[in-house]
Amino acid sequence: MDLLEYQGKQLFARHDIPVPDGRHARTVDEAVAAAKEIGFPCVIKAQVKIGGRGKAGGIKVAEDEASAREHASAILGMDIRGFTVHELWVEGASEIAAEYYAAVIFDRSAKQPLVMLSTRGGMDIEAVAEEDPSAIATLHVDPLLGFQAFHGRRLAFEAGVDADLVRPIGAFLGRLYATFVAEEATLVEVNPLIVTPEREVRALDAKVTLDDNALMRHPLNAELRDPSAEDPQEQMAKERGLTYVKLDGDIGILGNGAGLVMSTLDVVAQYGGSPANFLDAGGGSKAEAITSAVEVILSNPNVKAVLFNIFGGITRCDEVARGLVEAFNQISPSVPFVVRLDGTNDVEGRQILAEAALPNVYTAATMNEAAEKVVELAATAGAAR
Amino acid sequence: MSVLVDRETRLCVSGITGREGTFHAMNNRRYGTQVVSGVTPGKGGQDVEGVPVFDTFHAAVAETGANTAMIFVPPRFAADSILEAADAGIRTIVAITEGIPAHDELRVYNHLVQAHPGTRLIGPNCPGVLSPGKANVGIIPAAFFKEGNVGVVSRSGTLTYQIGNEIAQRGFGNSSIVGIGGDPVPGSSFIDILELFQADDETELIVMAGEIGGSAEEEAAEFIAAHVTKPVVAYIAGFTAPPGKTMGHAGAIVSGSQGTAAAKAEALEARGVRVGRTPTQVAEIAVEILGG
Repeated sequence: MDLLEYQGKQLFARHDIPVPDGRHARTVDEAVAAAKEIGFPCVIKAQVKIGGRGKAGGIKVAEDEASAREHASAILGMDIRGFTVHELWVEGASEIAAEYYAAVIFDRSAKQPLVMLSTRGGMDIEAVAEEDPSAIATLHVDPLLGFQAFHGRRLAFEAGVDADLVRPIGAFLGRLYATFVAEEATLVEVNPLIVTPEREVRALDAKVTLDDNALMRHPLNAELRDPSAEDPQEQMAKERGLTYVKLDGDIGILGNGAGLVMSTLDVVAQYGGSPANFLDAGGGSKAEAITSAVEVILSNPNVKAVLFNIFGGITRCDEVARGLVEAFNQISPSVPFVVRLDGTNDVEGRQILAEAALPNVYTAATMNEAAEKVVELAATAGAAR
Repeated sequence: MSVLVDRETRLCVSGITGREGTFHAMNNRRYGTQVVSGVTPGKGGQDVEGVPVFDTFHAAVAETGANTAMIFVPPRFAADSILEAADAGIRTIVAITEGIPAHDELRVYNHLVQAHPGTRLIGPNCPGVLSPGKANVGIIPAAFFKEGNVGVVSRSGTLTYQIGNEIAQRGFGNSSIVGIGGDPVPGSSFIDILELFQADDETELIVMAGEIGGSAEEEAAEFIAAHVTKPVVAYIAGFTAPPGKTMGHAGAIVSGSQGTAAAKAEALEARGVRVGRTPTQVAEIAVEILGG
């Protein structure tokens, strides 16, 4: 789960990472009130989960109440690279003597956290990483040992931090690492990490990604999930315990197991079709889960045909067949289905489907045959409209 | 031969008293796996259809000579159970549990590397290991596979069944089928299992099924070029996956230009590994190489 900047900063504040004083606002009036409380000049910042806000005009300095109102009205509702701004963060303007970059990332390849520091922070850190990687000091940390003072010193010296800042920057990195571990993040990034004219260091931005699997241990973080920002079909699927990703096409896909479903999307695409979704019904799905999954798939109005691709291991094909029959009883779908069942209890599953003789349901013996058939059906349905 | 599990496997199941744990432990036993014990804290002294249950892995190892563990407990308790099994001296640990927090996996992985270098963890979030005709540890539907000379290693369970079954339908069998799991920090990588298959007499061809996310397939490509003399046929799932969306497996996410299926297929092909575009094509290439 990606956090918004202000949520990340609130998380930082809980771990004693210095951040500017700020307030959250959902309306222009709230933003103006927040600005008056904080004092001028202050910064009005769009809260969206995408980079490049500054360049898009989503971050503005307000010198007085009138300009706070003007900027808040302009930014709320603004579209930033496909994301609509619904929330603002208003914070005190900081004087900046230098902009650094700091991050802790979950390095899958090395299987250790990677801490990064650069004195060339700011808007163009990606370009720095590309053109002059040596300008970014990096260090892997043994997760069983944790971040030590020498790690901080080494990164600070290697990044070329001014001598008087080596200790405070080291301490800052230590707190950033502690936040990464305590909140079970997979990314904490600060860009820019600023140095003020008074030689204080402060996080001017916060980019945090939390591990969804760990939210059960972090009730405060779990509450940060914003259902209104999610796609309605994806939200519906999540509530039903299904893994669903909405795509642009017109062929609904249901399978069991992430790898097989990904493979199904690919094979459908190879036959010239365009999948409307990824849906992993999961291992050991019972009939009710399948019925519920059909509802989720059909709640997307673009779907013209549906493909079931099941290779039962822990999932039993008879349960899948029962679920489909039940779905037809409950919602009588108007689009054709192609069903391919193999694996545990496949004979029983096919038997159930044969006896139910559902209208517009075709069976296929192989994955390729099923993909070919569903692509043909979707094309026919598309032409008929 | 075969890899990881065979007739010498003496299996202890953590979570054997749970519904799924019982179901699959009994399934594994019916296949012929020696299921010697189970662990559920607080239920020591009971039995599950004749399999004795212990409170600790240490007692299970001492009393029943268990040398392999299968972890079937909920995500919250799984890391602890893996660490306990390793501490008790178990050398092969197969973790089926899905949804273990990434930081738990990180601690477990680094601890095993440092303190138990001889212990091998398969998974988590994996279907287990099947050596047809010898032993099955996990949830792989064994009826679809027979003994043979194709080793399969995969990040995905059902995709493994699909490919293995297509190979079986063409008359070939498997030495072992290893699911390494779809999580960001798998206990064993493609490289670890490729090394085992390379050393296994029975394995003549290796099928490797990868998917989007991370760089394990690219690393495997380098390893194959340097260390694997047996033919390898690869498959990569997720060509059509959009960036930034996690495709079911916690590890399957394309971030930026990293981890795409196209980049993985290209890395493998550049190292001389043939990559099938569909599971069917993978089976066809394998059969062609084996001389079917």
